[in-house]
Amino acid sequence: MSSSVVAMRNITRRFGTCVANDDASFTLMPGTIHALVGENGAGKTTLMRVLYGLLTPQAGHIEIDGRTVRIARPADAIRLGLGMVHQHFMLVEPMTVAENLALGHEPGSRFGAWRAAAAEHEVEELSARHGLKVDPRARIHTLSVGAQQRVEILKALHHRARVLILDEPTAVLAPQEVDELFRVLRGLAQAGTSIVLITHKLAEVRTLADHVTVMRAGRVVGGGPIASLSNDAIAELMVGRPVPPLAAERTAPGAELRLEVSDLEVNDDRALPAVCGVSFAVRAGEVVGIAGVEGNGQHELIECLAGLRPARAGTVLVSGRPAPPGARARFHAGMAHVPADRLRRGMIAGMSLAENLVLGREDDPALGRGPGLDPARLARRALPLLEEYDVRPALPAAHAGTLSGGNQQKLVMARELTRDAGVMLVAHPTRGVDLGATRFIHQRLIEARNAGRAVLLVSSELSEVLALSDRVLVMFEGRIVCERLPAATDERELGRFMIGAAGA
Amino acid sequence: MTGPAATAAPAGGPAAAPRAVTARPRLAAALELAAPLAAVALALLAGAVLIALAGEDPLAIYGSILHACLGTGYGFGQMLFKATPLVFTGLAVAVGFRAGLFNIGAEGQLYLGGFAAALAAVALAGAPGPVQLVGALLAAAAAGAAWATIPGVLKARFGAHEVINTIMLNFIAMQLVAFLGRYAYQPGTVRTATIPAGAVIPRLDVWFPALHGSPANLSLLLGLGLALATAWLLFGSRLGYAIRAVGLNPAAAEYGGIAIGSTHTAALALSGALAGLGGVNFVLGYKQFFEQGFSAGAGFLGIAVALIGRNQPLGVIVAALFFGGLSYGGLVINDRVPRELVEMLTALVILFAITLQQVMTRAARKLR
Repeated sequence: MSSSVVAMRNITRRFGTCVANDDASFTLMPGTIHALVGENGAGKTTLMRVLYGLLTPQAGHIEIDGRTVRIARPADAIRLGLGMVHQHFMLVEPMTVAENLALGHEPGSRFGAWRAAAAEHEVEELSARHGLKVDPRARIHTLSVGAQQRVEILKALHHRARVLILDEPTAVLAPQEVDELFRVLRGLAQAGTSIVLITHKLAEVRTLADHVTVMRAGRVVGGGPIASLSNDAIAELMVGRPVPPLAAERTAPGAELRLEVSDLEVNDDRALPAVCGVSFAVRAGEVVGIAGVEGNGQHELIECLAGLRPARAGTVLVSGRPAPPGARARFHAGMAHVPADRLRRGMIAGMSLAENLVLGREDDPALGRGPGLDPARLARRALPLLEEYDVRPALPAAHAGTLSGGNQQKLVMARELTRDAGVMLVAHPTRGVDLGATRFIHQRLIEARNAGRAVLLVSSELSEVLALSDRVLVMFEGRIVCERLPAATDERELGRFMIGAAGA
Repeated sequence: MTGPAATAAPAGGPAAAPRAVTARPRLAAALELAAPLAAVALALLAGAVLIALAGEDPLAIYGSILHACLGTGYGFGQMLFKATPLVFTGLAVAVGFRAGLFNIGAEGQLYLGGFAAALAAVALAGAPGPVQLVGALLAAAAAGAAWATIPGVLKARFGAHEVINTIMLNFIAMQLVAFLGRYAYQPGTVRTATIPAGAVIPRLDVWFPALHGSPANLSLLLGLGLALATAWLLFGSRLGYAIRAVGLNPAAAEYGGIAIGSTHTAALALSGALAGLGGVNFVLGYKQFFEQGFSAGAGFLGIAVALIGRNQPLGVIVAALFFGGLSYGGLVINDRVPRELVEMLTALVILFAITLQQVMTRAARKLR
C-alpha cells in the first residue's frame, strides 16, 4: 500500500444523529480509475468532501503519497494536487471559460492588467492536450451542461491536479456525452492522473473503472479490482439484500383525455423561449414519461402546467376544460404536482410534517372553522398519512427539515397522492432518494395510474422513465422530438434523441 | 447527494439503520432557545465592565435597577407602563419577521397610531363613552396599518425593499404629524386637546392600589390579549399559515398557490395595526392627549423585543418586561451612572442576540 497516491484511513464523519461516514477507509492507486459506488445517502460524497477539505472528519486521517496531511480547506487539497468536479458546477456564469480557469491566479502584466490573450492561449493548449473541446472565449452560461463539465475538469487540470474526483458526472449527460467523457477520463488515467468516480450506476463502473469500493450506510462494505466482482455481487453489497423487482401489473389505459397540451410555448427565467410549441395528451390510467437532458425545457413545461409560470402561447386542458391560471386554481381543478426540487419548492423545512401535508390546501374547510386552521386537526390527519406512506419518523410535529431525503420525498408524495387529482405532474420523484424509498415511490405511482389517474412523469433517469411509462416522449431544445412505446425502444435510441443526434 | 441529503437514511433493514443519538435534537432545540438568555447574560456582563469603568459597583447598580422595578409597587407599575408599548411593537415586528419582512417602521406606525387615537377621541367627544374608546382604538390600529401598508404594497407590486421603505416612512410620519399639528395642536403647544373621559383607558391602580401613582393602565391587558390573538393568528389560522410559509420558504409557498405579494401586504398591515395600537398606552392611558415626540424609541426597541422574544408572542411579553424594566431602572440609576449606560446596555443585548442567534443556530444545525 506504500505506493498509493491517496489513502483515507478510518474516517468518521457525523451529521447530528446520522453517521455519514463510519470508520471508512479508501485507497487510490496512481493512474487508476476508481469507482466509489453506493446508493444515494451511502456516504460517498461525504467521504470525498472530507478528502477535498470541504468537511472535517471527527476521526481518522488522510495520507497523500504516503505522508499524513491535514486538509482543512479546499485550498489545501488543491495545493496537494487534488481536484474535484462537483455535481453542481462551481463556475462564474457571466465570465468566459478562460476567466474562470484563471480565477485566483490571473496571469497579469506588471500593473495587474488582465491579459486575456495569455489566459486564452493557456486554455487552448490545455484543452488540446487532454482532448477536452472548449472555446476559451465562450461565456459559461452559453455552454451546454456537458461543456461546462469539461470546463470544470480543465479547471482542475489547470490547478495541476494529479487526483481528479468526479461526483456523479454522468447524471446530467446524455449517453453519447457520457461516451465522450469516458474517453477523456481514460486518456487522463493513461497519462498518470488518478481518478475517483462517484456513481451509483453499475454499467459505468463496469465500462470505466479499474477498482471499485462499495459503501453502504456510511461504511465501506467491500471492493477490489473490478474483474474480481460481478455486477450482482456489487449490487447486493450496495443494497445489503437482494433487490425486489417492481410489480408490473398494469391495467389498460382508459380512453378519457385528462391532460391535453397544444402548441404550448413557455419562457425561461431569462425570458428566452424554453418550451417551443409542445403538444401531447395524457389519458386516464396512463403514465407518459418525458425523457431529456436537463435544461431542455422540461422544468419550464412542468412549472407552466402547474400554474407557476405563464404560457406565452398554447392551451392546456384538464379533463376537457381550460386549466385556470395560478397554482392554487390548478390544484382545485384536479392537478397534483410533485416538484423537481423538493427542498426548494416541495416542502417547507421549518414547518412540521403535519403542516407540510396541507401545503396548497390550507384553504380546505375541513381543516378548521372559518379563518382558523386547527393544529390538532392537522396532526390527527397527518398521523395515518405518515404511517401509510412510511415516512419515518412518523411524528406530525417534527420539522420536515429533520427528515432524510427519501422520507422528505415520501412526505411530498403522501401530500400529492392524497389530493383529489385526476392529473399528476411528477418531476424527478426519486432524485437523491435511496433504493428502498425509490421502489416504494414507483409502486405508489403505478398504483395511482392503475386507479385511473393520468401521470406525467419527467425524469432524467432513462431507466426510471422506461420502467414506469406507457409512452415515452423525448424533449430536446424545447420540443418533443420523439414518441415511443417503452417496449419498442431502448436507452441508446432515446439517448440519441436526447442530444439531438437522431431523426434529422 | 450534497449537504444534509448526504446523511439520508440508507436502504433500510436493521443492519443498515443509522445509529441515532436521540438526545441531540433536544440539545439542539435547547441551544437555540438559550441564545436570547445568553445574549442578555453577556450584555449584562459587558455592561458591568462599563459600570466599573464609570467608577461604580456593577452589582450595586444592577441591584438598584432590580429593586426599582420589583421592590416597590410604584416601580413595578412604572416597569409595566414602560413595557406596555414594547409588547405591541414587539408583536408587530415579530409578525413581520414571520413573513420574512423586517418592519423597522414600528416607530412611525406607533407615533401615527397615537396621533390618530387622540384626534378620533377628540372628534368623538359628543358620542357615548364606549364609542369614543372603540373609535380611538380603531383609529390607532387603522393609522398604523395604513402606514405599514404603503411599504407592503410597494414590496408586493414593485419588489421595493421594505427595510429601506419602513425606515424612511418613520421620518415622513414624524414630519407629517408635525405638519398636521399646525391644525390639531392647542395654540402655542405641541399637544392636542385633552381627550374626552369616555376614551380614557383606566389606570391599573384603580384595581391594584399597590401600583398607586404609576401610569400603568389597561393598555397592558389589551397588549396581552393581542399577544394571545397573535399566537392564534400565527399558529392557528389560515392567514398565519400563509404568513409563516412565505417567511420560511417563498418558493414553496408559491408552489402551494399562496399569493406572496398579498400575504406580505397583509402581514405588514397587521404589523402596523399592532404597532399603531401601541400608541394608546401613552395617549389614552397616561397623558390623555397626544404630545409631539412621545414615542421615544418604543418602535425601534420593538425590534430588540421581537429578537429576544424569538418572534414568539409569549417570548415577546417576557422580553418587553425585561426591556421595560431596563428603561425604568435606567431612570433610577441616572444620578450615579450616565443615562446613556442603559441605552448602551440595550444595544449590547441586541448585538449579542443577533450574533448568538447565528452562532447557536449553526451549532444546532451541526448537532442535527
